[in-house]
Amino acid sequence: MADLSFHNLTLGYERHPAVHHLTGAVETGALVAVVGPNGAGKSTLFKGIVGALKPLAGSINRKGFGTREIAYLPQIAEIDRSFPISVYDMVAMGLWRLKGFFAGVGPKDHASIEAAIAAVGLTGFEQRAIGTLSGGQMQRMLFARLLLQDARLIVLDEPFTAVDAKTSADLLDLVRRWHSERRTVLAALHDIDLVKATFPQTLLLAREPVAWGATRDVLTVENLNKARRMCEAFDEYAEACAVAAE
Amino acid sequence: MTATQPMLYDALIAPFAEFEFMRRALAGSFALALGAPPVGVFLMLRRMSLIGDAMAHAILPGAAIGFLLAGLSLFAMAGGGLIAGLVIAVGAGLIARATQLKEDASLAAFFLISLALGVTLVSVKGNNIDLMHFLFGSVLAIDNPALMLIASIASVSLIILALIWRPLVLECVDPGYLRSVSRAGGPAHIAFLALVVMNLVGGFQALGTLLAVGMMMLPAMISRFWVRDITAMIGVAMVCAAVSGYAGLLVSYHANLPSGPAIILVAGVLYALSVVFGPVGGLLWLALPQRHLEA
Repeated sequence: MADLSFHNLTLGYERHPAVHHLTGAVETGALVAVVGPNGAGKSTLFKGIVGALKPLAGSINRKGFGTREIAYLPQIAEIDRSFPISVYDMVAMGLWRLKGFFAGVGPKDHASIEAAIAAVGLTGFEQRAIGTLSGGQMQRMLFARLLLQDARLIVLDEPFTAVDAKTSADLLDLVRRWHSERRTVLAALHDIDLVKATFPQTLLLAREPVAWGATRDVLTVENLNKARRMCEAFDEYAEACAVAAE
Repeated sequence: MTATQPMLYDALIAPFAEFEFMRRALAGSFALALGAPPVGVFLMLRRMSLIGDAMAHAILPGAAIGFLLAGLSLFAMAGGGLIAGLVIAVGAGLIARATQLKEDASLAAFFLISLALGVTLVSVKGNNIDLMHFLFGSVLAIDNPALMLIASIASVSLIILALIWRPLVLECVDPGYLRSVSRAGGPAHIAFLALVVMNLVGGFQALGTLLAVGMMMLPAMISRFWVRDITAMIGVAMVCAAVSGYAGLLVSYHANLPSGPAIILVAGVLYALSVVFGPVGGLLWLALPQRHLEA
């Protein structure tokens, strides 16, 4: 069964497509890497999936997911790091869907918050202000919040960029854990070796999909070169796309 | 009994024991100290400190229209102020979205026009004493209805703040995440702006349009120098505001100074002390040579 499907999907900004004519489906429980050069439309695709961007054409079918049931880690989170809030409280926000505005946080919730913080290796940092964290610790904290969100569909936009090898290895373990729990995970990545080692499926994107399927079939030298070439064209005065809307 | 006790009593308690207007002023200050500082803390954390000032000016023409229609009627002026404040908060937001002007710039335009309009309106009917009342308030003239209004505003403000606490905090610290889990960000922001206006209208009764914002912002800034957690900051800010109200009234009583400015000046002194001695980033600690830690 597919969790998520795209039908002739075009996403973009001011009529210029950033993701062009994408069709396909993400199976339930799939672990999919989205690979492509900068400007290939990876972040744009994710914004479309979580409903932050409306399609210019075509459609996204979320199969009963509300856009708010998707756990989304944006590439650059708009976090005000000077805000006086502790790591613990920040992670606890992951319980939002369960707790909403008012519901109390009970002993069981405290236990699951502690467990999430432990799972990302931040035990002992609970009462630290978020402004004192390093980049890698910040990313660990955001993963702890994702853990608590307990979502069936998880979308990660370049989660391992600008973190060290140890941190990305630890966080990758969590991604594998989600995969083993039959959660659907999409992640935008640049590290081809990491993708080959961990992600069974890959979507190679260069605004238009270059290839989508089993990782070893998709990430060929030929495909990667093709993606690089395709990504370089942006025409300010482009004509309206001739491919008929269906 | 030692000799100092009656002296202390005369200095610190007698003014309130003897005079009802002092008691009412104190009660009014305490009510303001509960309602306004938490709003100020959020304004500060959202880098909107000057927005409070702009909104305070924006209240003036509304209160002035109330004054023109009904004289020095409490509810006409408070109602006028509330409406004017809300109109301008929403109007500035709309203009910022519809044009290339940023929200702070469009608020600045609004409040300058409002201040000029308000002063003109008051002068049409009133005299200079009325104008002074509008600009600087008269905390010693708070009557029972005014006290009720201030206390009600403080109570409602605290309740609303409790209701929108989580979305408000999250909207400040990680708005993207809030958008991804809830649609509450927008409504919480609007409710928050309404709280700013409400508390300024409350403060207006005691401190006038120009100083009302002092009871909101100064305690908030003081709290930043003492604690690191938002809940604790709000506690510290409330205590500072209450202390400023109490000490300011005493100073104004003993030294025969105008009471509203005295309250804000006491808060100003606390602020100056905090900037120097505050344990969280105070100047003194930055200047002291401290050895770095092991880890």
